[in-house]
Amino acid sequence: MKSTIFFKNRPAIIGTSTICGPKESQGNLGEYVETRLDDDTFGEETYEKTECKMLSHVIENSILNSNLSVEDIDCLISGDLLNQIISSSFSARKFDVPYLGIYNACSTMSEAFALSATLVDGGYMQNVISATGSHFSTAERQYRYPLELGSVRPPQSQWTVTGAGSAVISAKKGFYPRITCATIGKVTDFGITDANNMGAAMAPAAFRSLINHFEDTKREPNYYDLIVTGDLGALGSRILKHLTKERGVNIDKNHVDCGELIYNIDEKEFQGGSGAGCSAVVMNSYIYQKLIKKDLNKVLFIATGALLSTLSTQQGESIPAIAHAVAIENGV
Amino acid sequence: MNTGNYNKKYIDYVSSIAPKTNEKRSLLRAFWVGGTICIIGQFIRFTLQLVFGLYGDVLSGVTSIILIFIGSFLTGLGVYDRIGKYAGGGSIVPITGFANSVVSPAMDFKTEGYIYGLAAKMFTVAGPIIVFGVAGSVLVGIIYYVIGLFV
Repeated sequence: MKSTIFFKNRPAIIGTSTICGPKESQGNLGEYVETRLDDDTFGEETYEKTECKMLSHVIENSILNSNLSVEDIDCLISGDLLNQIISSSFSARKFDVPYLGIYNACSTMSEAFALSATLVDGGYMQNVISATGSHFSTAERQYRYPLELGSVRPPQSQWTVTGAGSAVISAKKGFYPRITCATIGKVTDFGITDANNMGAAMAPAAFRSLINHFEDTKREPNYYDLIVTGDLGALGSRILKHLTKERGVNIDKNHVDCGELIYNIDEKEFQGGSGAGCSAVVMNSYIYQKLIKKDLNKVLFIATGALLSTLSTQQGESIPAIAHAVAIENGV
Repeated sequence: MNTGNYNKKYIDYVSSIAPKTNEKRSLLRAFWVGGTICIIGQFIRFTLQLVFGLYGDVLSGVTSIILIFIGSFLTGLGVYDRIGKYAGGGSIVPITGFANSVVSPAMDFKTEGYIYGLAAKMFTVAGPIIVFGVAGSVLVGIIYYVIGLFV
């Protein structure tokens, strides 16, 4: 059974928009991000409202950057990390656009890409928006401890990215980065129970999708200029390379991880960035701009998500994970 | 995909490469910060005793109140979590850490209102400490009483 869809009409990514918080602005890729906040509240009273405002902001700007107006948008597909995906749904009420809310934790960006491309490729819709985001303070509040609690972060932990990204997937002709195929991930659980070690929980899911993708497409890793994973972090990336090597697949040369890229090496973040916003910001800013400039022409984007909740962790459940792969290639 | 056997192998592999906490450094930091907090506490106690002439239970009570105030105040200023990140157990164990564990959720959940937010969530972190602290003290009291019957 194959898990890869091939898009015959190759839907284009015609415009993107990104926003990030102060910490991310100072990171390695800050200069590529469209809106850089110097205040992590974005002028809002609560962090949940901030996250929602960041999402609305990038959705609006991605429409503008694509030279479209809201009436041209046929559907908005977005998700986030908060309970009942409130940031996405609340930001969608601002727009007079059909809305599909999705949740796959931090792999939401590539899931949205795959779904948007399917709707556009099938000819059902012309322009579909894929968006997602996260905020350090909302994630911390929901999944971990109060912000001001003097607790110690373990060295295998990652730092949730404050940021959001949005892209417009379109049937438009012209030279654009285009989504050529998508491998839908399978939920994978190798028994990791440590909620601080997301990298180790998600690496097997990324590995599985990667292997499925290469088998289904008959492509080799070197077909791609870059294989971009979502937020495995330094430790998760190391594990992924180990797992693929065991299978006789070598991705050492062209693999990067958004979580590893986003921050400068600083003890506080340990293994790097995480969160739905992590891959959304890196993919829609840095990687997209490199594709537009043709510095990169073939990119495999695999956002990874840990499908846990605070309840499942407290009940001692291990962490299931998922990874969806989307191939983005330059062309007409 | 075969998961049964692989799980154990994978978990062993992950724990073999996962970064470890630097124990010596953590212990040293906890020792000097925790020790400093206790020295400050002792200084407050001496001052209250020698300058204000307090003694006994009142002296202990007032000393604790002042330390709790300092812990809460530093939490409000956003300083205590930074001390905690550096010192770990050194700043969690003293009474200032207890104050921090009550004030920090109260601050966080204020956005959900004073009753269902602040007041209801105030003891999410400190709750277990209070429950087991009270239960433990009752248990010790009973043991103390029973031993007293025979000695």
